[in-house]
Amino acid sequence: MSDPIEKVSIIISKGSLEGVYPGLIMANGARAEGIEANLLFTFFGMEAILKKRQSHIKVATVGNPGLHMASVVGALPGMSALATHMMEQKMDKLDIPSIPEFVEMISDTGCGMYACQASVDLFGLKKDDFIEQVEEIITVGDFYAKAAGGEIIFT
Amino acid sequence: MTTTTLAGINVELNDEGFLVDPSQWTEAMAVELARKEAIEPLTERQWQVIRFMRSEYLAKGTGPSVRVLGKTSGVPIKELYQLFTKGPAKTAAKIAGIPKPKGCI
Repeated sequence: MSDPIEKVSIIISKGSLEGVYPGLIMANGARAEGIEANLLFTFFGMEAILKKRQSHIKVATVGNPGLHMASVVGALPGMSALATHMMEQKMDKLDIPSIPEFVEMISDTGCGMYACQASVDLFGLKKDDFIEQVEEIITVGDFYAKAAGGEIIFT
Repeated sequence: MTTTTLAGINVELNDEGFLVDPSQWTEAMAVELARKEAIEPLTERQWQVIRFMRSEYLAKGTGPSVRVLGKTSGVPIKELYQLFTKGPAKTAAKIAGIPKPKGCI
């Protein structure tokens, strides 16, 4: 049998619903398996941990071939909200938590949560703009130090 | 698959150490299964989770995920991870003699 994975550090870089959930699911799943986990939110991925934004994350309806919807249709006002609403209804039926609930739950599992310093500077944010579960704003160097000895997954 | 003796009973364990036949489980066996997970002695709070896992499995045919455990067992998620540091649903299921809970969340 191969050596089991002991530690993962997952980077979430996208701010769409389909960009945020996979990283959250992987982090939560890692903790459920007893694997140490860290989450680093960078660029638009930070939407998931910003107090004002985390409840308003939407499905990307433009430039998303998987939706099988012409981009001109996806660009119509309200399309993204509609697609998000439909997706959220399905998720609710499957008992998949909303992003705010999921992030809080993952923090409770003992997963480390960090925001990227460069992105924070770029968007002119402060520590106070983030939900309380975010432990620190860290540099890329800090991230590699925290990720030492484990796998790194970029999403 | 390995065969071993737990609390005086011959049992089969799968590759991850889960009891193959949940009906063979006894509370004495749980103590020995917990020892394999470096949990000794089992606290009353850990027993509460183990018994809950087992009753859910017997009622529904599958053990609950961590999320469901947190919502329904009376033990919040933060504490579950303190009680079972190597993954609460997985570890408690193993000690409760039931299959590993399925599901991604």
